[in-house]
Amino acid sequence: MLVPLNWLKEYVNINDEIRNFTERLTMSGSNVEGVEELGKDIKKVIIGRIEKIEKHPDADKLLVVQVNIGKKRIQVVTGATNIKEKDIVPVALDGAVIHGGKKITSAVFRGIDSEGMLCSPEELGLDDHGLPEDMQNGILILPPDAPVGKDIKDYLNLEDTVIDFEITPNRPDCLSIVGMARETAAVYKLTLKTPSIILKEEAEENAKDLAHITIEARDLCKRYIARIIKDVRIEPSPLWMQRRLQECGVRPINNIVDITNYVMLELGQPLHAFDYDKLQGHSIIVRRGGDSEKIVTLDGVTRDLSSDMLVIADKNKPIAIAGVMGGEESEISPSTKRILLESANFAGPSIRRTSRKLGLRSEASTRFEKGLDPNICAMAADRACQLIEALGAGKVAKGYIDVYPEKVNPRKIVFRPDRINRALGTKIPESEMIDILERLEIKIQKTPETAFAIIPTFRADIAKEADLVEEIGRIYGYDRLPATLPQGDVTRGKLQTSQKLADTIKQVLTDLGYSEIYTYSFVSPGVFDRINTPNDSPLRSAIKLMNPLGEEQSVMRTTLIPNMLDVVGYNLNQKIEEIRLFETGSVYIPQKLPLMELPYENKKLAIGLSGKHTDFYELKKTIEILLARLRIKQYTFIQYQHFAFHPGRCARIMIDGDELGIVGEIHPDVLENYDLNAKVYIAQLDMDLLIKKASTDIKFSALPRFPASDRDLAIIVEEKVPAGDIIKVIKGAGGELVESVELFDIYKGDQIKKGFKSIAFSITYRAKDRTLTDEDVNEVHNRIKVTLVEEFNGILRE
Amino acid sequence: MREELILLKQRALQNLAQSQNLDDLNELRVKFLGKKGELTQILRGMAGLSPEERPTIGKLANEIKEDLEREFSQKTIELKQQLKSQKLEKEWIDVTIPSKIVLGHKHPLTLIMDEIKEIFVGLGYEVVEGPEIELDYYNFEALNTPKDHPARDIQDTFYITDEILLRTQTSPVQIRTMEKRKPPLKIIAPGRVYRSDAVDATHSPMFHQVEGLTIGEDITMSDLKGTLEIFAREMFGQDRKSRFRPHYFPFTEPSAEMDISCIACHGEGCRICKYTGWLEILGCGMVHPNVLENVGYDPERVNGFAFGLGIERIAMLKYDINDMRLFFENNLRFLEQF
Ligand SMILES: [Zn+2]
Repeated sequence: MLVPLNWLKEYVNINDEIRNFTERLTMSGSNVEGVEELGKDIKKVIIGRIEKIEKHPDADKLLVVQVNIGKKRIQVVTGATNIKEKDIVPVALDGAVIHGGKKITSAVFRGIDSEGMLCSPEELGLDDHGLPEDMQNGILILPPDAPVGKDIKDYLNLEDTVIDFEITPNRPDCLSIVGMARETAAVYKLTLKTPSIILKEEAEENAKDLAHITIEARDLCKRYIARIIKDVRIEPSPLWMQRRLQECGVRPINNIVDITNYVMLELGQPLHAFDYDKLQGHSIIVRRGGDSEKIVTLDGVTRDLSSDMLVIADKNKPIAIAGVMGGEESEISPSTKRILLESANFAGPSIRRTSRKLGLRSEASTRFEKGLDPNICAMAADRACQLIEALGAGKVAKGYIDVYPEKVNPRKIVFRPDRINRALGTKIPESEMIDILERLEIKIQKTPETAFAIIPTFRADIAKEADLVEEIGRIYGYDRLPATLPQGDVTRGKLQTSQKLADTIKQVLTDLGYSEIYTYSFVSPGVFDRINTPNDSPLRSAIKLMNPLGEEQSVMRTTLIPNMLDVVGYNLNQKIEEIRLFETGSVYIPQKLPLMELPYENKKLAIGLSGKHTDFYELKKTIEILLARLRIKQYTFIQYQHFAFHPGRCARIMIDGDELGIVGEIHPDVLENYDLNAKVYIAQLDMDLLIKKASTDIKFSALPRFPASDRDLAIIVEEKVPAGDIIKVIKGAGGELVESVELFDIYKGDQIKKGFKSIAFSITYRAKDRTLTDEDVNEVHNRIKVTLVEEFNGILRE
Repeated sequence: MREELILLKQRALQNLAQSQNLDDLNELRVKFLGKKGELTQILRGMAGLSPEERPTIGKLANEIKEDLEREFSQKTIELKQQLKSQKLEKEWIDVTIPSKIVLGHKHPLTLIMDEIKEIFVGLGYEVVEGPEIELDYYNFEALNTPKDHPARDIQDTFYITDEILLRTQTSPVQIRTMEKRKPPLKIIAPGRVYRSDAVDATHSPMFHQVEGLTIGEDITMSDLKGTLEIFAREMFGQDRKSRFRPHYFPFTEPSAEMDISCIACHGEGCRICKYTGWLEILGCGMVHPNVLENVGYDPERVNGFAFGLGIERIAMLKYDINDMRLFFENNLRFLEQF
């Protein structure tokens, strides 16, 4: 909300320094977002009267003008085309500064002295939008009664400070000059000036005899007031009014529209003016739109109406979308003779829905949708009529038509000063509270048993005791609240085990050289093709957003792998070759699509690796270190086929029969889809499972009391026999006495037949209860050898 | 014989002086002093000596033996010393060669979140989590923000169905926790939130928040202020000034925003703080009685406060990061700075 200080001062005598003022208003709840000082740079521009215009003897397009500037006459050379003798104009004198900081000095044009310059609206910092066309491209012509010799800055109020307040959605009353004046008065303990409005009502007719108003949709329109104005003269509004509208960011149009906007800015009540003669049957019906009805709005666009929209209709058809935008047909035009002025109250939610649906937001709709006070309608209509009379824009008919089926009365809230102090943690005396409330126009009414706060109807946001707490708190000053800590019940601060484990996982990975990434939870549906996902894969059942920012961010991810590939690719493109990354984040698995209930949010851990000396085993080692740190022992890596991974370089990781995840080298086709020229290794683990399986139980088992003996064995088997299988068989055949099996060599080459490999293990034997004899060990070791030969069709090497 | 002995000593000492390594030395020891060594050989001739000569020669022989033994051990020590220093000399390394460290880095948002968690855990808060895909009820309705409430404008929401959405705030975790548990409660809920803002330097359709909630008997606005002042000082430094400014949120009443004195200009006023000297860091307030009623609490008996802060905003202020996009681009050159 833009508030010009000069306008505000008409309602409250505020004289504080601007810095203090903005600070105090901010601290009372009206946050100041910006301050603009207008017209500060303009200097020595005076109002003058043109006495004489002559052609320049040596230049066709220039005029030599004699201007009376009060005490003297000066001569000015100008190229203007819209001036005539007796016109009152702004004159920049020698040494003047105009808008934008440009300096004006005396000069000689083709031999003729010029002691200044006639100014255009733009040169005074004015928006020329609401001015007659000749002035838009020429000199600003002031009204004939403008005081010659006076400073233009004072006359046009060029010097002003405009403050931009952030108004929260609960305070539509503050979207007005009067509302902000009321806040100012409350903060500074000043009196709000409320001038009384007296109308002349020069027309003989009674409004009641001229139009008929019906509210059909009573739930959406609480009140409708109409005034009728005849003998209307449509013309530009006066400069002072245009100036004020412009300061508030509203474009001047013509006197009638400007007056409605002026009153909206001043009082917060939007008004609308209809061309009375265009209303069929001179009637207004406030009703819901019909589903097949259409209207052409002021902007020339044809709009489809529907039954959830509130419209203003005449006898035959809709003439405006209530509170949002008027219709083109009943719009005020230069030929308008009579107008019907609407000052109505429409239900906020309906206006909000309609303006969203049509994509139309206006100063009016943003006010209505927050909920306005029906009790200001009459004053707003009167104020507009007062301005119409003052500007000579028309004659106001007597009285008004007011349809107000259910009057809104002030709300009563129990006033309990002790509760208010308890909520704030203060000891504010009751008298001070009452003083604050009264400054906000909230009266206290006491009965022998209870005290009530009577809430004015323009403060619909105050509905509960908590709202009174806020009003008292903010005017008393939050900066005066003590800083304390909650007393009483003691709670224990803690992280849950799962959160601690998640921290551990991040710690292990960062220690191992992996950096953490954060990627978007929504992805492009194209990622499934890019990672070679089969058509029937459940991964493709991704949850779609109804209103995504774009296709690229339209579905909720079901895997972290594409995001990891994106980030690896991004870094490779940044010429970073050694890449170690991880991400912990959710994937979103729907039970059913379309979504009927909340999906399963499964936390995953993705690890990505790429670089010169990296391979599958480095990533595997990373995972095994992680598992070890989480004290997970019962896991296996199983050779596996997965569409996104190299068919021979991918493993599935199992813990006790549950799938922990997958690890492998990314399939060359997928790399190609991502335009990657380096090998990339990725693992995706189920973080929830990882955390579930992590063991926090630690039990000591006695240190070995008897010595161990080591035996080696080497066996030649087919190349694709997994080492893991051999180890499993060794452990199975060896039984309890096998303490550990270590693979120490894999050999393929000269002495080994093609398609075979020699694989060597060191086995440690130990018994818990005795020292093993050679015979003991030999027996088991031989049993293992025989079993291996049988199981894998192997040849033992000696 | 005396001459023989003296000559032997001289020869032995000469050889000793020339010996360069421990092996030579050992050989010499065996040669002169061994069981079959030269000294023994000479002493065998003792039998042919007169009884008068024997004790003197015997004494001389012993003295020579002792001298030589001493010389040999002396030389051994010297040689060992020499060897050791030669070895150490050879083992010289260039200690200025820089190490190749491969160290990973936690994401700056994780660091900030951890810091916030630590502060509040220290103040007795428990860390809880909730779903990112939420029901409209938990994200809005239960938080006193019915459909068509003007406050919904501020938070442009991603919808999945009419009733299911991406949460726009971590506040729904408040409701879920209160529904499940009885007061007193002190929780914080960190997590991802979503709003349909196009990406630019200060907006992202996905960002992170931490929600805080305290419920008990006689919790006051002053307690809220005190709690958050501790937080601001812990987070931004002990000399950081903070202020409480009235604001509006549908689910708190009274509501406030907290500002801290500008990190760049310390309150003088600059571009970063829009010449106000203050930076907004969080929103907060006393839990609205309607919210308490929605979860079945009695606002006459219990009350509380809630606050919510944006992790990205705090990270940007604290680490002097000027573009929000950096958090989600994941450039390693960025990540490695944290
Ligand atoms: Zn600053």
